[in-house]
Amino acid sequence: MAARRVSSLLPRSFSASSPFLSRSQGRNLNNGSRIVRRFGTSSAAEEVISPSVQVSYTKLLIDGNFVDAASGKTFPTLDPRTGEVIAHVAEGDAEDVNRAVKAARKAFDEGPWPKMTAYERSRVMLRFADLVEKHSEELAALESWDNGKTYEQALTAEIPMVARLFRYYAGWADKIHGLTVPADGNYHVQTLHEPIGVAGQIIPWNFPLLMFAWKVGPALACGNTIVLKTAEQTPLTAFYVGKLFLEAGLPPGVLNIVSGFGATAGASLASHMDVDKLAFTGSTDTGKVILGLAANSNLKPVTLELGGKSPFIVFEDADIDKAVELAHFALFFNQGQCCCAGSRTYVHEKVYDEFVEKAKARALKRVVGDPFKKGIEQGPQVDSKQFEKVMKYIRSGVESNATLECGGGQVGDRGYFIQPTVFSNVKDDMLIAQDEIFGPVQSILKFSDVDEVIKRANDTRYGLAAGVFTKSLDTANRVSRALKAGTVWVNCFDVFDAAIPFGGYKMSGNGREKGIYSLNNYLQVKAVVTPLNNPAWI
Amino acid sequence: MASRRVSSLLSRSLISSSSLFSLRGKDPLLNRGARRYSNLAASLEDTITPPVKVEHTQLLINGKFVDSASGKTFPTLDPRTGEVIAQVAEGDVEDVNRAVVAARKAFDQGPWPRMTAYERSKILFRFADLIEKHNDEIAALETWDNGKPYEQSANIEVPMLARVFRYYAGWADKIHGMTVPGDGSHHVQTLHEPIGVAGQIIPWNFPLLMLSWKLGPALACGNTVVLKTAEQTPLSALLVGRLLHEAGLPEGVVNIVSGFGPTAGAAIASHMDIDKVAFTGSTDVGKIILELASKSNLKAVTLELGGKSPFIVCEDADVDQAVEMAHFALFFNQGQCCCAGSRTFVHERVYDEFVEKAKARAINRAVGDPFKSGIEQGPQVDSEQFEKILKYIRHGVDSGATLQAGGDRHGSKGYYIQPTVFSDVKDDMLIAKDEIFGPVQTILKFKNLDEVIARANNSRYGLAAGVFTQNLDTANRLMRALRVGSVWINCFDVFDATIPFGGYKMSGIGREKGIYSLNNYLQVKAVVTAIKNPAWL
Repeated sequence: MAARRVSSLLPRSFSASSPFLSRSQGRNLNNGSRIVRRFGTSSAAEEVISPSVQVSYTKLLIDGNFVDAASGKTFPTLDPRTGEVIAHVAEGDAEDVNRAVKAARKAFDEGPWPKMTAYERSRVMLRFADLVEKHSEELAALESWDNGKTYEQALTAEIPMVARLFRYYAGWADKIHGLTVPADGNYHVQTLHEPIGVAGQIIPWNFPLLMFAWKVGPALACGNTIVLKTAEQTPLTAFYVGKLFLEAGLPPGVLNIVSGFGATAGASLASHMDVDKLAFTGSTDTGKVILGLAANSNLKPVTLELGGKSPFIVFEDADIDKAVELAHFALFFNQGQCCCAGSRTYVHEKVYDEFVEKAKARALKRVVGDPFKKGIEQGPQVDSKQFEKVMKYIRSGVESNATLECGGGQVGDRGYFIQPTVFSNVKDDMLIAQDEIFGPVQSILKFSDVDEVIKRANDTRYGLAAGVFTKSLDTANRVSRALKAGTVWVNCFDVFDAAIPFGGYKMSGNGREKGIYSLNNYLQVKAVVTPLNNPAWI
Repeated sequence: MASRRVSSLLSRSLISSSSLFSLRGKDPLLNRGARRYSNLAASLEDTITPPVKVEHTQLLINGKFVDSASGKTFPTLDPRTGEVIAQVAEGDVEDVNRAVVAARKAFDQGPWPRMTAYERSKILFRFADLIEKHNDEIAALETWDNGKPYEQSANIEVPMLARVFRYYAGWADKIHGMTVPGDGSHHVQTLHEPIGVAGQIIPWNFPLLMLSWKLGPALACGNTVVLKTAEQTPLSALLVGRLLHEAGLPEGVVNIVSGFGPTAGAAIASHMDIDKVAFTGSTDVGKIILELASKSNLKAVTLELGGKSPFIVCEDADVDQAVEMAHFALFFNQGQCCCAGSRTFVHERVYDEFVEKAKARAINRAVGDPFKSGIEQGPQVDSEQFEKILKYIRHGVDSGATLQAGGDRHGSKGYYIQPTVFSDVKDDMLIAKDEIFGPVQTILKFKNLDEVIARANNSRYGLAAGVFTQNLDTANRLMRALRVGSVWINCFDVFDATIPFGGYKMSGIGREKGIYSLNNYLQVKAVVTAIKNPAWL
């Protein structure tokens, strides 16, 4: 059940102006060229930078207190730069989930959380957002340390986005309206949009705090209580923000955080009879298990955000330089560990050769190294399992006769760094064009016309996202409707504003997170009908 | 997978003026035609011949009536006698595959999702007109196959069928996506797209109404459908399927497969080319459906499942009205309603009076051939249901509940059961916990609101509730505290097309009817475009 994926992010401020793209275009190499190692250079003996943060919280957060696991067991969480232990963390299991559910149940059934005014709930969330900003450097350092993502990305994009999301959802708390409903006769009909109750939430390791925000934000805004399981690779930051939530005035028991493994803690949450709702982000295979556990227990409604193999389609009229840059970003962002990664780069035959040449050049320039160094674009993969899996797919690409344009090996000799890898001449039936690799491996495919590329883009069990690059309005409109994907980015990619719904068609999931649509996941609809005597109108 | 339940209905026109309530002894026909359950002598009366012919017994696939691939058929029975009405084509995996191929083609290539919404709505409006034109024929078929009173079919359910389709026809051209505020220079919009091929599995208790709850939103949103009917009641869907095509529905848009749950139903739920499944039936089968979806292609699932709905009579309630409504809430449609008010909680101060009057009302209930005028209650749908209900009645007696009325079969043929009332029922008795799905009222006593809220919510189900009180504070408090999808205050079974219906807890997932039902048949696609030099953000 190890949550192994998520949804990437990049605020638009980024794509317009910010360090990511400008650096990647080679303009900002001042710091970069000095400290950074490119994937081609060998600098294995460099010192690992010490993160400027202490690990203060390693125990489960249950009913407002940090507590050991019932079993007393712990597990190590590792630094992906070295594979060394950062800290030992309490290992939650069924018994701990039971305790957490009991606390959440009490907090929901007896209050005060759902019995507070929506305005009071919103103020707790707004205070929390302020605290996230106040502690953004510690949070970013912890996130980077545990996950391996670049500190700059965590600090300048992700943590601000966490605050932004909680302000978004805080604003929803007092705007959840039911409806009054036209009746066919003398009845007064209304609908109440009520909190569901205790929500179980299982989040992945690729964007630990952002996924926390996508899950916890709507659940709290709607008045639910929560048992959240973090990924075993990245348990640290959620505890930290859990502490901040208590500081912000969240009553005990409203948000309970259990670190642990999928097969134990995750499964017991999904099959718990007192959990009213489950939301999961992770792999499609695990999503199927989760839904099966819900079906076999109490039929809790399930929201799933699962895998993807998203097409990135470059038409012949596209701005090639921009398309190359965004295709690079769409795939390599966050070490390629994005569920919506643009992992099938379809390029029109007329611009294919130019595109491949430039995509290769861009990948060769990608700056790989210690994520705490300034100017670094790519850190290590999250753990050895992911590292090995990505390397296996690279071998599979070579064996299936795709052309390895660049990369293909490890960077350095410790940790889980992988060279930015580009394959061209990829065919639809190759494994690297079908499976979710979840690593820095770009697959470039050639196409001839619109009909063909629509068909090929849709010929997958996934349907999470797509990128479309064209200057033609007709092409953009046609392809936007034809693609069976939950998000279509036209001449952009990974735009993740809080208001934009995100989720999958087909086996990429059920339901939508973010935006107004996300509230449905945490509300029950109750119809209330009363007869009217002598009504002035119907 | 035999779909064994559904959602009852009764339009308000009924409660105020028409047939069902006036049946209560005011109608002179009643005393002539109906046999009361205590009237043992009438069992040899002739069975009335239904005024309708069975014209369609084959599967409806790609706009044509066809035999099943295996050539097999199964008999559908008359619940009044247990005799065969007709042999019906028995759909199985192969037939579901054919239906899905047709629906897939109609969606991926066909005109349906490429028509304007206005054109789709016109077809649905024409269909509603055809339903009205064929009202009596459809009602007769529904009653014959199901056993429900003909007056109920002809005056309420078939008109409601037309009403529900007109409701959804009106939605077709009102499905709006949104434009969305971005945090920067992007134009953001959401498209609400049809999901694709919807699999729909409907129960036998309200065959056509359940068809309308399922087909209406699916078609309004531009989807295509493979619908499986219940094996007890396959006939009326085939007739209206023909009418849909007469109304101009393109071939392959609605495919109807008769057959059994473990074969045809399971094939739909686990099909890799079906994008969505909606099921109405028992909670146990609902769990299987969801599991099949999880093991196949993660198709989105809507479930309308079982209930054990509380009907709470507070001490200040109008007792006569509460007795009548509690009777209706339970006995309507032979007690075969998923939202039946099957736990009648009565405040101790009015309990004795209530029990006395509820008993009198049940004894007064007119049971008999559903084609007779004035009949309130026909037979249960089949022998399996009949036996199950009698088993629960024995349970009630064995567990020490007081049998106030009924308790046995009615007559000597078919599946008629006496209107049965138990008082002194305790929460831990099986008859207070399980969904009986028959004419068995269980009356429980309570003392105060805190207690009745806790007891009413102490159930794995959460479908509906009735609240009877004159006090606004009591009504408002109970309305929020009850963990159910519908709360009827001083009324019950109000089923307007606009009112969402569905369950909390193990009564289901999702809502049917109303604006909420559209979500079940739409995918949300976010489209984000970079914009240059925007005039506003």
